[in-house]
Amino acid sequence: MSEATIKADHRAIWKGADEISVLTFCLNGETFAIEAVIVQEILDLLPETSVPGSLPFVGSVINFRGKVIPLADIRVAFGMEAGNVTIDSRIIVTELDLEGQTTLVGMRTDKVFEVTSLPATASEPPPIVGMRWRPDYIHALVKREGEFIILPNLQAIFSSQREPAIRATA
Amino acid sequence: MNNPDPIAVFKTEALEQLELIEAGLLDLTRDLEDKAQIDAVFRGLHTLKGSGSMFGFDQLAAFTHHCETAFDRVRKGEAPATTELVSAVLDAQGHMLALLQTPNGDHEAMSAKLLDNLHRAVGGSAKAATQETAAAEQSGSMADTSAAGLSTWELTFSLPLNSMINGTNPLGLLDELRELGEAQVEALSDNVPPLEEIDPREIHVSWRVTLKTDKPRGDIEDVFIFVMDDMVMDLKQIATAPAAVAKKAPAPATDIATDAAKQAAANAADASKAPQQTDAKSQKQADNVRVPALRLDEMMDRVGELVIAQSRLSQMAGSAADLGLRSVSEEIERLAGELRDTMMVLRMMPVASLFSRFRRLVHDLARETGKDIELITEGEMTEVDKTVIDRLADPLVHLVRNSVDHGLETPEDRIAVGKSPVGRVHLSAHQTGSEVVITIKDDGRGIDRARVRAKAETNGLIQPGAQLSDQELLQLIFQPGFSTAEKVTNLSGRGVGMDVVKKTIETLRGAIDVKSNPGEGSEIALRIPLTLAIIDGLLVRVGSGRYVLPLSAVEECLELSLEEDLKSRGRSFISLRDDLVPFLRLRELFRTGTQPDPFQKVVVVSTGSERVGLVVDQIIGDHQTVIKNMSKLHDHVSAFSGATILGDGNVALILDVGHLIAAGQHQEAQLRAAG
Repeated sequence: MSEATIKADHRAIWKGADEISVLTFCLNGETFAIEAVIVQEILDLLPETSVPGSLPFVGSVINFRGKVIPLADIRVAFGMEAGNVTIDSRIIVTELDLEGQTTLVGMRTDKVFEVTSLPATASEPPPIVGMRWRPDYIHALVKREGEFIILPNLQAIFSSQREPAIRATA
Repeated sequence: MNNPDPIAVFKTEALEQLELIEAGLLDLTRDLEDKAQIDAVFRGLHTLKGSGSMFGFDQLAAFTHHCETAFDRVRKGEAPATTELVSAVLDAQGHMLALLQTPNGDHEAMSAKLLDNLHRAVGGSAKAATQETAAAEQSGSMADTSAAGLSTWELTFSLPLNSMINGTNPLGLLDELRELGEAQVEALSDNVPPLEEIDPREIHVSWRVTLKTDKPRGDIEDVFIFVMDDMVMDLKQIATAPAAVAKKAPAPATDIATDAAKQAAANAADASKAPQQTDAKSQKQADNVRVPALRLDEMMDRVGELVIAQSRLSQMAGSAADLGLRSVSEEIERLAGELRDTMMVLRMMPVASLFSRFRRLVHDLARETGKDIELITEGEMTEVDKTVIDRLADPLVHLVRNSVDHGLETPEDRIAVGKSPVGRVHLSAHQTGSEVVITIKDDGRGIDRARVRAKAETNGLIQPGAQLSDQELLQLIFQPGFSTAEKVTNLSGRGVGMDVVKKTIETLRGAIDVKSNPGEGSEIALRIPLTLAIIDGLLVRVGSGRYVLPLSAVEECLELSLEEDLKSRGRSFISLRDDLVPFLRLRELFRTGTQPDPFQKVVVVSTGSERVGLVVDQIIGDHQTVIKNMSKLHDHVSAFSGATILGDGNVALILDVGHLIAAGQHQEAQLRAAG
């Protein structure tokens, strides 16, 4: 992706509005935010069933009200260490559009903060250099109270993490 | 009425298809390089064209064909995807909707204008090609209209007693008949009861109509399209005006004569059956309730959840000492099982509703290809889950088209190799165990293995000179973009149909077997599980994870003795009554990283003739398994076909037996090769 497209893109998520409503949460000390409209529910940790042969990014499935949904760990996409389970750990269930199919996906988080609104004016494109994460995984960075909130591009993350890096053993 | 009007079904499906095409095009406007969307749009157009011509929406099919050709070039990389093209096809998509809603309206001016746009967007070379086919199609339809002459029909019909209550107006039907041509109507009052018994809301009169018309039989039958199911009708052709026959060229004349003879025969058979059927039907009618499919699906979900809750209850009751609780739990288990079975039966539909669509298709294909084709159907009363029927329609269209277009030879070629000039397509269904097998068989030239191999090598699907088993070679025809047809016809040869077939069958958790003998024809068998929702499963434990095996695939369970275990370190086989069966250690396959249990078990599973042993740590027991699909994120994990929720709320994965057997045989082959 060229620099120009990223610059043009970073406010796209606001869709022309002044503010968007987001849910903020913590992963390995970084604050992330996802659009509140795609959030279905926030759950305490549930028993997980690991799926042998799957990618570490979506290594397991959970029972969400009688539906079997994948549990993703976007830390893997950002190259972060898997965090320890604490009393604050939560699963955010989101509704994502994967290849035209609406799919419920659970995401692990270390802690869920709040639903808040972020102004478009505070948005900045992800820097091209000096960042250890893939720039196309990030919609925008939003500056607030002296820190950056990361707006991850879930579409990009989920579509690129789908290609099996490791083949199933069989 | 259990069988919805096929035209209405087609319309609903076509609307969905159009929506998908639209969505795909809109996605393309954002990213022109999106290969997946180009393929998706193309597939949509292909299916729309195919099913459109099958149901007589000829304008729609002809028009869609042009858009499809344009997209085919893009797909093959012969032309770039441009914004102009996408928007031209988007406009065209709107027009297709109009063609679908009013198939007989006058759309020619609009079609021509849109096609012009399209041609400009694609550029010159495609234009010539499409015009050629358009010309060919037009001449085809011209021949068609000139073939119909003025003929006289005698029609006798009576309506069910209660049809006026249902809103049928017999006078309206008679008026419609009069519109078709000169009609003489005679009322038959033989069955009118004495005055005191007459209920003025009932129809006791039947009619005999002598009709002179140039319209085909189908048009006369169409008048009764809404009452066809319950009425008694006898339609006979009395005479054909000789002038019309003289006009026809000799070849089509014989064609039509055989057709007419066939129709007459079919008609006679129908007529003899009809009275009994109506009797039975009118009796049954009062007991039938029509339920929207959606409600059935909802109910299915509830039953599914009930079954989960019930298995939870029986787990708890099993570990409790309370005898009363146990007996209640057993009672509920029995009831839930029965409820599940009843629910399954409710969703079952005979495949006849699916097969009946193909008469028209084969008829049209015969006309288009100039081949003489006979469609034989068998086992129409085999019942399959409704969802399966709905989803099978598309793949079957592709398969039948392929049989006709690629498989069957022209009458001359057939005579030359000593076969009957009439090609046969055999469509049959039967049930074996928990599977339904639908077979499409033709007696054509069979699959040319050398050509399949050559094509696969040029397409880069296989390495030149690669060693393939016969079945592997035949399965290559289901690869995307594979087609051995040398030229693209209106029917097939674009190499999309077959991969649609494969994808659909895979989503139904089925399998495809191909058999083909050169010169004798091919046979494609689709094996599909009876139901998609609930199966009987065997719950096993591997390491700390629990997995479900479909009980229908389980042959037997045995203990892996310590010496066999040790002995088999090098060569994973066990001998089972003098047979060597390869086995897989699931613990190693799934990399559980746990110590094996001291007494491991082997579950022998099979599909048909092939079997494999699966080494597990513990066999827990049988389990009513409500199948939940896994999300797209786990598409690539082929060892599992789905997941289910256990009594304690945890998720267990369902093992895909076909895949495991393939893995087992792969291992066997490797070991054999190693010596």
